[in-house]
Amino acid sequence: MTALLTLTVLVLVAIAIWQMTKIFELSQLKTEQATAEIATDSDNKYNGYLLFGFLIFIYGITIFSFAKYTKVLLPEASSAHGGEYDQLMWVSFAIIFFVQTITQALLHYFGYKYRGEKGKKALFFADNDRLEFIWTIIPVIVLAGLILWGLYTWTNIMDVNDEDDPLIVELYAQQFNWTARYGGEDNVLGDASVRLIDIDRANVLGLDESDPNASDDVIVKELHLPVGRKVNFMMRSQDVLHSAYMPHFRAQMNCVPGMITQFSFTPTVTTAEIRLNPDVVDKVKRTNALRAKWAAEGRPDSDPWEFDYVLLCNKICGKSHYNMQMKIIVETEEEFNKWLSEQSTFKETVSVNP
Amino acid sequence: MSVTAHAPAHVDDHAHDDHGHHHKETFVTKYIFSQDHKMIAKQYLITGLIMGFIGIAMSLLFRMQLAWPGESFPIFETLLGKWAPDGVMDADIYLALVTIHGTIMVFFVLTAGLSGTFSNLLIPLQIGARDMASGFLNMLSYWMFFLSSVIMVISLFVEAGPAAAGWTIYPPLSALPMAQPGSGAGMTLWLVSMAIFIASSLLGSLNYIVTVLNLRTKGMSMTRLPLTIWAFFVTAIIGVISFPVLLSAALLLIMDRSFGTSFFLSDIFIQGEVLHYQGGSPVLYEHLFWFLGHPEVYIVLLPALGITSEVMSTNARKPIFGYRAMVASILAIAFLSTIVWGHHMFISGMNPFLGSVFTFTTLLIAIPSAVKAFNYITTLWKGNLQLNPAMLFSIGLVSTFITGGLTGIILGDSTLDINVHDTYFVVAHFHLVMGISALYGLFAGVYHWFPKMFQGRMMNKNLGYVHFWITAICAYGVFFPMHFVGMAGVPRRYYQNTAFPMFDELTNVQVLMTVFAIIAGLAQLVFVYNFVRSIFYGKRGPQNPWGSNTLEWTAPQKHIHGNWPGKIPHVHRWAYDYSKTYENGEYIIPGQDFVPQDTPLQENEEELNH
Repeated sequence: MTALLTLTVLVLVAIAIWQMTKIFELSQLKTEQATAEIATDSDNKYNGYLLFGFLIFIYGITIFSFAKYTKVLLPEASSAHGGEYDQLMWVSFAIIFFVQTITQALLHYFGYKYRGEKGKKALFFADNDRLEFIWTIIPVIVLAGLILWGLYTWTNIMDVNDEDDPLIVELYAQQFNWTARYGGEDNVLGDASVRLIDIDRANVLGLDESDPNASDDVIVKELHLPVGRKVNFMMRSQDVLHSAYMPHFRAQMNCVPGMITQFSFTPTVTTAEIRLNPDVVDKVKRTNALRAKWAAEGRPDSDPWEFDYVLLCNKICGKSHYNMQMKIIVETEEEFNKWLSEQSTFKETVSVNP
Repeated sequence: MSVTAHAPAHVDDHAHDDHGHHHKETFVTKYIFSQDHKMIAKQYLITGLIMGFIGIAMSLLFRMQLAWPGESFPIFETLLGKWAPDGVMDADIYLALVTIHGTIMVFFVLTAGLSGTFSNLLIPLQIGARDMASGFLNMLSYWMFFLSSVIMVISLFVEAGPAAAGWTIYPPLSALPMAQPGSGAGMTLWLVSMAIFIASSLLGSLNYIVTVLNLRTKGMSMTRLPLTIWAFFVTAIIGVISFPVLLSAALLLIMDRSFGTSFFLSDIFIQGEVLHYQGGSPVLYEHLFWFLGHPEVYIVLLPALGITSEVMSTNARKPIFGYRAMVASILAIAFLSTIVWGHHMFISGMNPFLGSVFTFTTLLIAIPSAVKAFNYITTLWKGNLQLNPAMLFSIGLVSTFITGGLTGIILGDSTLDINVHDTYFVVAHFHLVMGISALYGLFAGVYHWFPKMFQGRMMNKNLGYVHFWITAICAYGVFFPMHFVGMAGVPRRYYQNTAFPMFDELTNVQVLMTVFAIIAGLAQLVFVYNFVRSIFYGKRGPQNPWGSNTLEWTAPQKHIHGNWPGKIPHVHRWAYDYSKTYENGEYIIPGQDFVPQDTPLQENEEELNH
């Protein structure tokens, strides 16, 4: 009944609006001019002013965002190549902001300055080779510089090699969690294939038991890295695409079923050290204030937080993509070795009798 | 440039002869299975707008989930039904919404809705042709687009939910129903819909290319074409080159899904069992997808830039600055667009050397884009700007094109891409540079050519101003702060960010963006109202309301089959003789600041050798 009433009311309202527009139309008939919907001088004036106002708005939102959100950005890079990454980022940003500020100013200021008026004559200005040459060549030079710098850095970062005795770590992705595997004492990973996975016998990564290198492999759910030592990551996925994203280390690589992908970096700041970084201390303070407020409201996930490096999945992988993570702990060489020696090896964990 | 006409003279004679005897038109042939390009353009526009309505509504739903994660909203329950038990959005449907939003906006709204509408409307009218080269293929193209839209909408209602693997539908996620419920029947329908869509797009594009090459009126040399036509023409060429590759990717994926082949799949262990797939590679799919996917960006953007060139020049009462450079940059962008796809794949596992090559080509494409932006700004300089709604949208387009384009310098750089890849930084970048910019182009086109589409009726300008200003502010309000969210490391396609305390302080930003998004969404209702109302009640303007030079305004307001009642007008000059004067400062046509293309060269007048 209520539904019927509502429907009737809606229909009546619709009819009323329709009739009103009709009346409005009829009353307008006499005054209707052919040019009524074309901008007049006063439209040009108001919208000209608004364009100028819009320029101020763009600058405003830029300044607002920088003032308010710079502090939420990632802290200084915690990897050896990250410093250069950050530098290239800031230089690119400086260029972008310079160009953005000037071009937006010109665009909107011209919109305001040259707003139309009856009788005003526009300048017939169709071509100017010199001007066009200038604004072709300047981007060419600037971009050439950025390309060269970027490619130099890229080549360095992506050169995964065995120099400097790197630690070999496998990152293994599956819906919706991460596993890490260390080569153990020999620092060599045993062969593995998804076809050898045997859940009943706890061979979850499909290691080849006949490969002698596999027996001392260490399989863990928390990624520990020694500070100052190069780490070569070998990445695998058993089901769909995932992406191993370690934002604090400026590191990311997709994990692709059917192939092994690689990334390499040297962590430079331990977890203990980064927790003392003033930016991080402030961030933790702000976050915990927020979480305290949430806890008072009775919200879940609002326990106090302690900063940790984290590995996120950054390639859509299904329902729980948003919660596919692994904690990363960067520690001193001694701490790392001690931790590693305490872990059980593949040989110890795999059950011999099914 | 040569002034000689390339168009064969007999074309318009024939058309003229044919014109006398009209076919009897029924309701069906006039409004439904019409072969008239003007009607087909309107069909494209209205279908595109309806799809746009769905796409934008979806974005509002998932923006609400992002701002208030896990919160219960009655509207979720109403619209999503079983996917939002007690009004709390389910994680699977979140991904589906994101996926279908992307698909609809990119393909159905900004490819078909934008390029389909205005290519159909403007190509014959601006080059002086009676209709498209093949009216029948044109009709077929629309109806295949319609069919694909219907299938896409139907896919929203399948039992296990629509496709949810992201609009890029990377396998294996999109190939395995065990990986995600949306990869079952929903994905099948998605693929079928897209395959039909591609066929539709190819039919349309081939038609546009042939029409532009063969049916130009006497005097309309390629160098006298309005920039809109250049943009549509080149867009169609890119489409013909790249869309078939997506079709092959879709076909191979269908085979992997249904016939057990292993083009994209290998070594998969899922839900306790090893699958038989061996030897395929998801990276191959990524290459095939982005071979279309990147040119697609320009398929979306170039028509918008073409529309902007035309609208801006007309309303600035000035020639477009650097016509030759504009054409050259369209061609350069088109060429480069086909060799930059790898910048979506820097960290896909492909050889890093390949990444270097794609960085190089990608940053090259910034050069013609920069030239275009500077030329637009110079077009405004010392103009007599008529700030009609279409003009404001054009200026807005240049603004978002610059803001969004500049961050491309970061994403196109393989090094910098490492840490912002697949974060909200990317989302902010491409929404500004192709989403918002192309939408502005669409709106500019609708406001500008509404009188041409609806027999002289015009849209209400004040509602147009309201629409523009709210949209302009909200677009920046949503996407400017989003860059910071990305640089803080927040990945895209996360159902909620609550699993990471490091993102807690970004909750406020999410709320801010969502509020702007909702206001922007509501502002589009003003447009819808204005659009629908103006179709029936809009005031009739003069035949050439904006004082434009191009040929479409020489055609009568009332639509007739064949566009011009008498002979097709001949062209004697380029399209941008605005405010052109003799040496003594007098306008070429006394008292009128524009010289339509069909006006012969006057005595003492110099033709510009652009």
